[in-house]
Amino acid sequence: MGSNSLYGPLDPAPDAGYPDAPPRMGFFTDTSVCIGCKACEVACKEWNGVPDDGFDLLGSSYDNTGGLSANSWRHVAFIEQPAVDALAAAGTTGPQFLGMPGKDLPGRTLDAPRTDFRWLMMSNVCKHCTHAGCLDVCPTGALFRTEFGTVVVQEDICNGCGYCVPACPYGVIDRREDDGRAWKCTLCYDRIGDGLTPACAQACPTQSIQYGELDELRGRARERVERLRGQGVTEARLYGHDPEDGVGGDGAFFLLLDEPEVYGLPPDPVVSTRDLPAMWKRAGLAGLAMAAAVAVSFLGGRS
Amino acid sequence: MAEAHPVGFQYVVEAKNRGAKVIHIDPRFTRTSALAHTYVPMRAGADIAFLGGVINYILSNEKDFREYVVAYTNASMIVSEDFRDTEDLDGLFSGYDPELNVYDQSSWQYAGQQDEGQEEGEAHTDRETASGLEQESHGPPVPADVPRDPTLRHPRCVFQILKRHYARYTPEMVERVCGVPRDKFDEVCEAWTANSGRERTTALVYSVGWTQHSVGVQYIRTGAIIQLLLGNMGRPGGGVMALRGHASIQGSTDIPTLFNLLPGYLPMPHHRQHETFRQWIDAIRNPEQQGFWANAEAYAVSLLKAYWGDAATADNDWGYGWLPRLTGDHGTYQQVLDMIDGKIKGYFLLGQNPAVGSAHGKAQRLGMANLDWLVVRDLFMIESATFWKDGPEIATGEIVPEQCRTEVFFMPAASHAEKEGTFTQTQRMLQWREKALDPPGDCRSELWFFHQLGRLVRERLAGSTLPRDQGLLNLTWADEEPTGEDVLKEINGFDVATGELLPTFTALKADGSTACGCWIYSGVYAGGVNQAARRKPGREQDWVAREWGWVWPADRRTLYNRASADPEGRPWSERKKYVWWDPEAGEWTGYDVPDFEKNKPPSYRPPDGATGVAAISGDDPFIMQGDGKGWLYAPSGLIEGPLPTHYEPAESTVRNPLYGQQANPARKVYDRPDNPTNPMANDVYPYVFTTSRLTEHHTAGGMSRQLAYLSELQPEMFVEVSPQLAAERGLENLGWAHIVTSRAAIEARVLVTDRLTPLRVDGRTVHQIWMPYHWGSAGLVTGDSANDLIGITLDPNVLIQESKVGTCDIRPGRRPVGPALLELVDGYRKRSEDHGK
Repeated sequence: MGSNSLYGPLDPAPDAGYPDAPPRMGFFTDTSVCIGCKACEVACKEWNGVPDDGFDLLGSSYDNTGGLSANSWRHVAFIEQPAVDALAAAGTTGPQFLGMPGKDLPGRTLDAPRTDFRWLMMSNVCKHCTHAGCLDVCPTGALFRTEFGTVVVQEDICNGCGYCVPACPYGVIDRREDDGRAWKCTLCYDRIGDGLTPACAQACPTQSIQYGELDELRGRARERVERLRGQGVTEARLYGHDPEDGVGGDGAFFLLLDEPEVYGLPPDPVVSTRDLPAMWKRAGLAGLAMAAAVAVSFLGGRS
Repeated sequence: MAEAHPVGFQYVVEAKNRGAKVIHIDPRFTRTSALAHTYVPMRAGADIAFLGGVINYILSNEKDFREYVVAYTNASMIVSEDFRDTEDLDGLFSGYDPELNVYDQSSWQYAGQQDEGQEEGEAHTDRETASGLEQESHGPPVPADVPRDPTLRHPRCVFQILKRHYARYTPEMVERVCGVPRDKFDEVCEAWTANSGRERTTALVYSVGWTQHSVGVQYIRTGAIIQLLLGNMGRPGGGVMALRGHASIQGSTDIPTLFNLLPGYLPMPHHRQHETFRQWIDAIRNPEQQGFWANAEAYAVSLLKAYWGDAATADNDWGYGWLPRLTGDHGTYQQVLDMIDGKIKGYFLLGQNPAVGSAHGKAQRLGMANLDWLVVRDLFMIESATFWKDGPEIATGEIVPEQCRTEVFFMPAASHAEKEGTFTQTQRMLQWREKALDPPGDCRSELWFFHQLGRLVRERLAGSTLPRDQGLLNLTWADEEPTGEDVLKEINGFDVATGELLPTFTALKADGSTACGCWIYSGVYAGGVNQAARRKPGREQDWVAREWGWVWPADRRTLYNRASADPEGRPWSERKKYVWWDPEAGEWTGYDVPDFEKNKPPSYRPPDGATGVAAISGDDPFIMQGDGKGWLYAPSGLIEGPLPTHYEPAESTVRNPLYGQQANPARKVYDRPDNPTNPMANDVYPYVFTTSRLTEHHTAGGMSRQLAYLSELQPEMFVEVSPQLAAERGLENLGWAHIVTSRAAIEARVLVTDRLTPLRVDGRTVHQIWMPYHWGSAGLVTGDSANDLIGITLDPNVLIQESKVGTCDIRPGRRPVGPALLELVDGYRKRSEDHGK
């Protein structure tokens, strides 16, 4: 186990024991060109044989999927943002931080006025974290790191314990109600090994979902952000691209047009096993201390 | 476009990434608007007012591409002194006959040619037979020799008439009629004109909801006028493109599923106008006319030879007598009303679900419930096959399953992946599809079905001497089922004696020595090669990509591309170079197949008395038009007038702010008790509604509501309203509402959204309501059909229904069921009549 095996920048496949690992593969999802067609959701289900997720109208713009789940491995979020001056006219004041979560959606209140209504769309997916909490806590080895640096559940090994579910800082992995096992995006492990593009990226008509070598994608994403900012889209930013972040950077990262919270993404995700070394160290120290105390008490009892 | 054509929209995204400005004009903020730089909301049904405003902007600011306009359009032609414009007659043109609701078109003609104009009787017949559809491949007949004023100053020249006609379409008027603020309108005008001219071109792309208006053809005409004024026709990156509603809708008008056309836009003969073969041919080619249509006889004879082979001879006029004849309006809506009236006994539905997808759903279902038999061929058991047991009329008692007399035959059909053939898309490109797998179970292709049907019918009729049966018995009908390629070869055409496939349509003969199933497709199998199956990737060839698929006519990728060069044959600019005259080689050359006679120099002028192709000047690019010009003004060919004029929709919440004439005076109306129209500006139906598609579903839902992966994405019928309207009517997000017109009341869940916004129109607030139209009574997800709300009022030129705008009321809560539903609708109707008094 390397020094950054649980936290910090890392190339996960070699660390997981692949000496000649191919380049790490991932997704760059550019939400600035997403048209919300949901072809990614359908292509994913078709290829992976994922069951439908129920026929429920959610009344949440055009999102009737609701979120990532055992039965939805891609999820297109739709965020309707009224013009800010319209909100002002309706009597909504600007944000005042009171140390409590606001009752309104983030992004609905801004300092900078926005004159046009916006409809943001974003295809969400498993982040294939450098430090994957789900994998770290899996007791059966059902979750494993592939040679491409992605994280995959082996359905024939998963015993449905569910430890992985709370371990994910993004709330991605989920158990299927009928069989209890955990399911999530495999980054189409059964396609990329044959040199094919994952189904969602293949189906995306506008290249909002781009698949490739993670290093190359990160470079492409940086250029895209600069270009958009140059065109006046000052709110463009990357999310999950940074190897220094709380999960060591995501294998699937995003270009967003607003704060991550607007899209339902955690602003500062941290792998739940980050503190594991410190915890074990403390647990070890505590154990030693207790052993010492016991020893002392025995010694003391003798005297 | 992102909503209904997400795959095509990738090119808009690509253009945007390369710096293009994207403007989206729509009554509601859609997925397209989400990616546009500028979104312009406007009132549904006011498009001509908007585009007329753009024309006025171009003309008042002299933004037109003057050299192009003078040389290639009819701007300089002088119009008859008898012509009176809508300016003079408060919204009507000269020649209106209020009895028949049509025009005597004599006064619309060019000067000196008033005799050429249609009289009202002919215009009436043209409306009944939707004869405007014939003009997809050629202009209506008009003589070539017209007085002109190239200075464009003559008060009766088309340019000056255009200027006067659109003078009142000011930005203030656009704001008043469309609800579009001045700054947004100016932005559109500036962007469109700045991106047109010698160095740049703009494409106008529309989806077919644009045509579904009582002035649908004139919507497109207005767009065409702008594109001609700005020099955007016949040039790369220009044009007016229709994004079709399904794969191969272009193909289904080229080789038509329409009642009034034969393949290649030859008109279906009319029993009175075309009694003889000669009358039929002369009506098409108009003996004095210039242009390629003068060869119509060769196209027509070759078609009849393809139908009847050796049985078609010069002595029997190539079997002309066996062709069916039109006797009037046999359009889809007239047929439905005829079914209700018991005049039609049997009906075939092929890949169509009118119980959900056509206007006035109740009329569709009641019509089908009054047949002897109905054959439905579809992938799934759709509403048009099950209406007799689960349609909305069961609950109201209007259809009683035990008593419904219609015998329904359901024939499972093969999908596009399960059969070979071609799709023809909007560029007129044929693309061959391979069969990927066998259809499951009893599912069969159309080709199999019709081959078998023809075989069985001909077996039953064998030996009949009845005249009416001879057309069927004499058809060339193979014993073995033909392949898709066999059919494409017959469409391409062949030499009757040798069987050799023809290279192109100019090889067609009028002497019976050639046979051809569709003259405009001739060449698709040139050289014995399936040209539609060509698949050379774009990166391996130049940007015109001529080795991908095949485009009619004669593999021309851009129609009328002679216009990409100036009158002397030189490219307008290096940047927009496309087809040009090579003086040394003495021929037209370029990136595309020149849409012009190869060796006719720009300096060519026809000799006196020339007709046909010889009458086209070396600088007349619009070679299928009678005068070789792009038409700003249409002296004939349109029923309701030579220039697009803003009329309010048949159902509108406002009075026409532009003229005393409220709605299209020549619109096709079916005035009967089962097809009522909401009165205009009526408080009982105070809101405007429009409908369209969601990305997640396909048209009437037959191909999407049966699939779980699509149904879960949009699982329920809903209606979108603005927060303001929600407050006005007490509607809640996710709550129920019902929507009422004089035809029906339907229910839907409510989405309250800022994507709809109230507009200020003529000093009043206009609320617009939007609904998708995908739901019906069958499938995994069911719901009420938006098309039930719509009545039958048609455009007079092509008989398309006005299904994209109407008036309604909306109220919270679900609609009543059973007879109470009929009472609700009747009550509204009675109150609206009282209100109108």
